[in-house]
Amino acid sequence: MSYSEQIREVIDGSDVVLFMKGTPSFVMCGNSDRALQALRRAGAPVTAVDILPDPQIRQSLTEISGWPTIPQVFVKGELVGGADIVEELEQSGELATTLRDRLGHDYEASRTETTVALS
Amino acid sequence: MSADRLTALLERAFPDATELQVVDRTGGGDHFQVVVTSASLHGLSLVEQHRRVYEALSEPLADGTIHELRIKTKGTT
Repeated sequence: MSYSEQIREVIDGSDVVLFMKGTPSFVMCGNSDRALQALRRAGAPVTAVDILPDPQIRQSLTEISGWPTIPQVFVKGELVGGADIVEELEQSGELATTLRDRLGHDYEASRTETTVALS
Repeated sequence: MSADRLTALLERAFPDATELQVVDRTGGGDHFQVVVTSASLHGLSLVEQHRRVYEALSEPLADGTIHELRIKTKGTT
């Protein structure tokens, strides 16, 4: 499967996807960390994808999303934004509202953190 | 890349901006924070607002002169 196909599969098949530099246990960029921390504060289940193993991953992702920077956060298949937006939405409480609306009111109960490696 | 050049690009994209701020966060000419408040952003989602800023700065973003960009936008009525 091509990177594009794998990326689409993760975006469509996961509640919350974080495309980041590094992994949640070994974050390689301050902005990826800002997005991860905001998602954690909101109690979001996170499926993380490290874009660093191959430059092609980032290129394919940007072609799909039209978003030029990393990190990128998707909720139920839709781009929510990068670190600035996710932080802003978390602080205003809108992130929690979005998560409740799209994942159900008890979304925090199923909170998990998984990492998906593309190949 | 100077903050002035970024400001010029943003002024061209947001001629009606009531607030336009560009800060070189490290002094190195590659880590910037921009603030844009404009009526043309009104009614758009944050994703769409930030997309407008990315479009305005697509050149320095594409050629790598902007290493990191923090964005804060607001749409006014």
